[in-house]
Amino acid sequence: MNFFVTVRMALRALGANKLRAALTMLGVIIGVAAVIALMSIGRGIQASIQGQIQSLGSNLLFISPGAQTAGNVRSQAGTSPSLTYEDALAIIDTGRVPQALAVAPETGGFAQIVSGGKNVNVRVTGITPDYEQVRNFHAIDGDFITRDHIETRALVAVIGATTRTNLFGDGEAVGQVIRVNQQGVAANLRVVGVLEPKGSGFGGNQDDVVLVPLTTQFTRLSRNRTSRGGFTVSSVNVQLMDETAETANAAVQSIGDLLRERHRAAQDDFTIRSQQDLLNTATQITGAITLFLGAVAGISLLVGGIGIMNIMLVSVTERTREIGIRKAIGAKRRDIMVQFLIESIVVSVVGGGIGIAIGGGGASMLDGISFGPGPKLMTIVGLDAILLAFGVSAAIGLFFGVYPAIRAARLNPIEALRYE
Amino acid sequence: MMTTVANEHVPVIDPAPVVIRAEGLCKTYRMGDVDVRALRDASLEIRKGEMVAVMGPSGSGKSTLMNIMGCLDQPTSGEYWLDGTATSQLTDDELATIRNKRIGFVFQQFNLLARTTAVEQVELPLLYAGASQRRKRAMEALARVQLTDRWHHRPTELSGGQQQRVAIARALVNDPAIILADEPTGALDTRTSEDVMAIFQELNREGITVIFVTHELDIAEHTRRSVRLSDGRIVRDEPVPVERQRIARRVHEAPVVAT
Repeated sequence: MNFFVTVRMALRALGANKLRAALTMLGVIIGVAAVIALMSIGRGIQASIQGQIQSLGSNLLFISPGAQTAGNVRSQAGTSPSLTYEDALAIIDTGRVPQALAVAPETGGFAQIVSGGKNVNVRVTGITPDYEQVRNFHAIDGDFITRDHIETRALVAVIGATTRTNLFGDGEAVGQVIRVNQQGVAANLRVVGVLEPKGSGFGGNQDDVVLVPLTTQFTRLSRNRTSRGGFTVSSVNVQLMDETAETANAAVQSIGDLLRERHRAAQDDFTIRSQQDLLNTATQITGAITLFLGAVAGISLLVGGIGIMNIMLVSVTERTREIGIRKAIGAKRRDIMVQFLIESIVVSVVGGGIGIAIGGGGASMLDGISFGPGPKLMTIVGLDAILLAFGVSAAIGLFFGVYPAIRAARLNPIEALRYE
Repeated sequence: MMTTVANEHVPVIDPAPVVIRAEGLCKTYRMGDVDVRALRDASLEIRKGEMVAVMGPSGSGKSTLMNIMGCLDQPTSGEYWLDGTATSQLTDDELATIRNKRIGFVFQQFNLLARTTAVEQVELPLLYAGASQRRKRAMEALARVQLTDRWHHRPTELSGGQQQRVAIARALVNDPAIILADEPTGALDTRTSEDVMAIFQELNREGITVIFVTHELDIAEHTRRSVRLSDGRIVRDEPVPVERQRIARRVHEAPVVAT
């Protein structure tokens, strides 16, 4: 039978009971809209986290110390004081890691900062001038930490945009003196610069920081030393010459060899992760979130499908006589089945189309909305999500339409004609 | 208005081929705990071009016989041949094709589809046959029942007689060899009945085999042979006496001078 004629027939049958068709469609509309909206939010989260990782600066390696082992008890990774300032310098100075452009070792901890009447608790990080380049984090006001500052163990600090607002409001920050008290070791530092705002990411607000020269952190703000007498750092960022995986792999290998040699430890007491590793982990996590959101929304789509089946069964019963007439004038089983199948597919596909419009529109409206001080919500309406939702809704129409359609097709023509 | 005239048309010369042959048809329904024997050993032969009335009181098995003859139903035992084909061996889809192409049904309650225009009703059998030029052929069929001007009307906008004429157009659109009518005038007044009977007689003159179920004697007198059923058996099968045969006239036409 002609396909378009059948579709027209289906539309007429649905038009005969518009409210019912609309309500049936509503189930699919809500399901599809939910799938699209939630998947767009999931995608947005994924993209925003990836963006944050990339904003750390591209082509980076992160070296962190291994776990501290006491007896046979191994504690959390990064707790061992096994990574030193000297290790970081060796990566460049020995020339054994040709892929490395710059290194940015850092260490620090939370400290109480007092200036004027204000008293805030902020993370204080000791860094080197290369931090600016490696982490792509610049001062917009005043200067960054310089080589001179490192060599002289200068009592200076560069503060984040949020810290500056917290301490000085709208007033001038550069030139002010802040008192930093880190676990009982205190010093007065002069603010030489304010950092550009970067927004929040994981690990907290990147703008609520105080950066000090690494040597100042070692000597004036703490007393951490290794057993070998070096200054311990909590992590080393290594900037590579390019972003290729080969470069990253070769660098991981060379740095690993160098550190193993320097530490002479039986076991690796450090971890090297590339930015790609971080991205992969984040992608995995956010992918799982997206899938989970999609699955929750998928349940409502399933319920919508059951709604279609329910209505189609009612419709078959109501139209028993019509089916009898059609059979009497020569409709084959297949003709009847196709007719009812197309009806249910029309409901689900039209519903799916409306749902995509609503879900996509809703997601676009949510894009850029911020909830409180956190990062802005980001939504990405993907073509794949649209195609998926559309395909799934058509499949649902087909799947939940099959049983009622078979029931209709199997009706005995005489009994159907007698049906009142 | 009905007139009784001598039938001078269609003298039987050569016996026409047999289109319907039933041999020992039995049909037993099960209603609850009781077996209802709707047909008991009914045998019948109808030749091409005949016009036959199947009569009998309600429950005598007329409709069951019609349903079997129309391939809507299968006998419990016995065999039914349509155009020489034994129908008991056919599949559902083959029976559907026969209903579509060989047989036209007309029902007492018209059985038109709701919310569907006259021309679309008539197109349906063509649609299931996969035929082309459906609109043109449907309009031609409507012209044969003189409903061309009502082609876009829905059943609710048509009178009973007009609805039955749409149903007849639907029955004949696929050029069937046989038209089966189950009390086609049962829901119509006398005047409209006459009109409908005139159409059937006209179709019969064109060579279509027409078989009616009716319990009205004067309707049966529009045919030339009457088969009487009682308790599922064929108790009488005889020609309608020539002096009783009636020719119906179309009421909406200019009166035709009887020859």
